[in-house]
Amino acid sequence: MANKVGSGEKSTLARILGSWQLYVLLIPAILWLAVFAYYPMYGVIIAFKDFKARSGILGSPWADPIFKYFEQFFTTSIAVTAIKNTILLSLEQLVISFPIPVIFALLLNQVRSNKARKAVQTISYAPYFLSNVILVCIMQMLFSATGIINNAIVALGGNIQSFISGEEYFRTMYIGSTVWQSMGFNAIVYIAALTGISADFYEAAVIDGATKFQRILYIDIPLIMPTVILMLILAVGNVMSLGYEKAYLMQMSTNTSVSEIISTYVYKVGLQSAQYSFATAVGLFNSVVNFIILVIANTVSKKVAGVSIF
Amino acid sequence: MSKSADKTAGIVGVKESVGDHIFNVFNTILMILISVVIVYPLWYVILASITDPAIVNSGKFLLLPQGFYVAGYQEAFDYPQIWAGYKNSIIYTVVGVIVALVATIPGAYALSRRDMAGRKGIMFLFTFTMFFNGGMIPLFLTVQNVNIYNTMWAIVLPIGVSVYNLIVCRSFFEANLPIELLEASKLDGCSDFGFFFKIAIPLSSTIIAVMVLFYATGLWNIYFNAIMFLRDEDKMPLQVVLRNLILSNQLMQGASGAELVEKQKLVDQLKYVIVTLAAFPLVIVYPFVQKYFAKGVMVGAVKG
Repeated sequence: MANKVGSGEKSTLARILGSWQLYVLLIPAILWLAVFAYYPMYGVIIAFKDFKARSGILGSPWADPIFKYFEQFFTTSIAVTAIKNTILLSLEQLVISFPIPVIFALLLNQVRSNKARKAVQTISYAPYFLSNVILVCIMQMLFSATGIINNAIVALGGNIQSFISGEEYFRTMYIGSTVWQSMGFNAIVYIAALTGISADFYEAAVIDGATKFQRILYIDIPLIMPTVILMLILAVGNVMSLGYEKAYLMQMSTNTSVSEIISTYVYKVGLQSAQYSFATAVGLFNSVVNFIILVIANTVSKKVAGVSIF
Repeated sequence: MSKSADKTAGIVGVKESVGDHIFNVFNTILMILISVVIVYPLWYVILASITDPAIVNSGKFLLLPQGFYVAGYQEAFDYPQIWAGYKNSIIYTVVGVIVALVATIPGAYALSRRDMAGRKGIMFLFTFTMFFNGGMIPLFLTVQNVNIYNTMWAIVLPIGVSVYNLIVCRSFFEANLPIELLEASKLDGCSDFGFFFKIAIPLSSTIIAVMVLFYATGLWNIYFNAIMFLRDEDKMPLQVVLRNLILSNQLMQGASGAELVEKQKLVDQLKYVIVTLAAFPLVIVYPFVQKYFAKGVMVGAVKG
């Protein structure tokens, strides 16, 4: 820690006064933080109240019993389905879409031509720019009953599959499109880490007769491991905060049994049918579970691998 | 990244083994395959937007435009909603980026200063919100309580600071503004404001470009916040307009009748046209900004 500028011997107050201009620079960000991050957190207390818009957050009476809305949540069958769907979709997504960018980065790193490598990389993260609306539209066009995918399946002697509306395909389509859209983007971090590996390692390995595959296995993977673990903790920490926008956009009356996740459910009961307290309770449950998972992942990783985010 | 040429290429006298050769062939094929799988869907949508819908609907594999047919574009240009959506999205994106930069860049700079008292605590307050938040309904009530519901500010302000971007930006300042530079400026009587505006900002064009890009992408693509925080149809951004048009088209597909056939043809093509039009600005901008995209992620990865 370099404390040279605001000499470490001065009192805290003197340091604050001495660098008041820094705090002024911080004002816009702090205002945002207060209004759009912490004020909503305070608003979470309506999960324990019978919220009425007219009485406001403070004026609304406390729920009786205090966990009324949580109890209501756990006894609603749709809610239980939503929890199950959220967990399944999140876990499947994590297991499938987390390792793929790592593998892609390792393989891309083996492409010898600089130009080719750059071209593939540039192409790979292009879809990241697309909005969920466009992504879902494209998916529905290609995979519809008359789309080219089904047409190809029929041409090869198969039957038309209801990729878009069928509940059995919802998760596959959801996760597949995530991989398609974000593989390249998520690989950037690993590619950067691989670029940072010293050429000495490879030279020594080649002289010892290591094959490319062995170089990946014994040099690349161990050296990018800290980055991978860090990204894994972050991914695990966000396991419950699924991209609800995409789930909402992909939702159809025929697939709600699998596509109804906690956040789409919160949107429906909260904003569409104005059950604010109940929906907040559901959302709070989700956030808390998410946070607990993150803390556990972080603690485990700190102990096992010495890598942690806080 | 340009440095990372095959790091073994320079080693003389080591021949590629058979195994490595097989690996290379396999790897090359895989990379080509990945590129095709990523590019083709996008290419297909563009092709379908200018191809005779009869051919598109037959589900044929398209490689080049066939049966050139652009009535869909004419039809799309006649939809006033599309122009309104474009206009709204452009305004939201421009205003939103300005707001986000004003909040993020100075804030990130201040937080990059190790001599600022309370830095760690403030940083924690920001980071904490990445992992825990009030959720959808409390945010919605906040938007109502601060009286910005159904205004442009409901789109712009809630995503005015992305904590992830703030951290990326702070890491950049920490890595690129050496403490000696600050000390030298202080000796010359430069204030913190002076240093930030006259020295830090001019040295930070890369990170500013990255921030513009990250925020602009988020704003341009905004959908869910718009349907939550806006009510009036004429305020909706392009993504909402797009979605609504496509849904109403899907409804029309259930209709029948002889005179509807030609209309139906148009409606089918319209979907592709609208998607192409909505993605168009990004396609244009992408080649110019993609290097910043990668840069931004890497800056963030250094100390994320």
